[in-house]
Amino acid sequence: MSHETPTNDGQRFDRLPETPADREVEGRASRQEVVEWWDQRFGIPPETFEGYSFWEKGKGKIWILRGDLGSPIRIEALGMAFLRTRQEHWKPTTNAVQRFGRRASKNVVELTREQARTFARGETQELDWDGDWGYLVATHELAGEAEPLGVGLFVHGELQSPVPKGRQRDL
Amino acid sequence: METLERYEPLIEDFDAFLDACGRSLPSVVRVNTIKATVERAKRALDEQGVGWTDREWSDTVLELDTTNPGSTWASFHGWIHGQEEVSAIPTEILDPEPGEKVWDACAAPGSKTTQLAALMDDEGLVVANDNNLGRLSALRFNTERLGVTNTAVTNQDARNFSLKPFDFPAFDRALVDVPCSCEGTIRKNPTTLDEWTMSHVRSVAGVQKGILRRAIQATREGGTVVYSTCTFAPEENEAVVDHALAAEDCRLVEFDVGLDSRPGVTEWDGDEYDESLAKAKRFYPHHNDTGGFFCAKLEVEA
Repeated sequence: MSHETPTNDGQRFDRLPETPADREVEGRASRQEVVEWWDQRFGIPPETFEGYSFWEKGKGKIWILRGDLGSPIRIEALGMAFLRTRQEHWKPTTNAVQRFGRRASKNVVELTREQARTFARGETQELDWDGDWGYLVATHELAGEAEPLGVGLFVHGELQSPVPKGRQRDL
Repeated sequence: METLERYEPLIEDFDAFLDACGRSLPSVVRVNTIKATVERAKRALDEQGVGWTDREWSDTVLELDTTNPGSTWASFHGWIHGQEEVSAIPTEILDPEPGEKVWDACAAPGSKTTQLAALMDDEGLVVANDNNLGRLSALRFNTERLGVTNTAVTNQDARNFSLKPFDFPAFDRALVDVPCSCEGTIRKNPTTLDEWTMSHVRSVAGVQKGILRRAIQATREGGTVVYSTCTFAPEENEAVVDHALAAEDCRLVEFDVGLDSRPGVTEWDGDEYDESLAKAKRFYPHHNDTGGFFCAKLEVEA
């Protein structure tokens, strides 16, 4: 085994290497790149993720765990599915954006209540947005503050809602 | 309902008990403090015109005036979670602290797992185990919807649970909310007693004993184990704890909860149980307008 190049094993969780220089498994994101991605895309400060560890199970699927454990670990799930990597545009999960998106300061679109309903149903809608294309934190005002609904994908003047089926609601 | 007649010797005001068992349950939710404060969750409910009532015994449990709490913004954001009132008891009794390692032996579908995580401020580790792989997907759905990140999910038979995947030797606390005959859920599932048999009670009691014993073994000295069921049958409640008291190093401890309850029984159907079983609590539907429940708190000894 030790003569082979390490590869991703879909049956277990491996902690992400600290930096790209520490990488042993080809194509695996590093902790540094993951944290920088949230900062660059959404302006979420890197210190938000102090005290969390990041793991890969299944190709490109990154999970976030509060605290740390010995790596690798063969169990069913660890913390929360967080980010899809190993593709051109990394994609955050709805649940991760609901949990950490309050600290986002860029690529954030505030929706009206009616637009938020459309988003929660998982439907695509036209959107007047002058900013970047790609993944946006979609928010609406609830109980006095902006609250993230999830991640939307803005392309060609439309906001797609990738809210998973089980999370969709008719509100 | 005839099944319940066997409990007449245990329950005062038995007619009121039977009447309560025939009524549907109030709609109760728990506020998920990982994602919102209780104040903000209440304000979101107010904005949608959903009425709520505080429950005196818990800051986070609310009764709602809607039968469909899932169709609220508060639910979409994971600020509230539909959870029967008595089901919130054992986690409060276990009372985990942030940073501890806690085992949820029969965790699916995750109401108590997520409540444990919330009481721990999502710090430390909850090992959420269930032997049913299908039900684990419901557990994962709930932990992620409620924004929980301190959970490790395992798929083992709790009776011989192995700590091998983990780099620590024992848990600080364990929650043993076991599969049971579910008599106490009759208000939610009126047909729950249709398939009741004494032989099922006996066989599930054997499983319960195995899980409780393993939880005591896997918890450090001085740690806490809470055992609970949603059934009235002493065979699945006091008899199981009595068995664990005799077989493992542990003792029952007193606890308070701001709901009306009756002490655990010390004799039933010709059997006698350790007298400390009076420290356990039985929750009956007609006392607090809830489902039925049993809860015992144990301290692990050397």
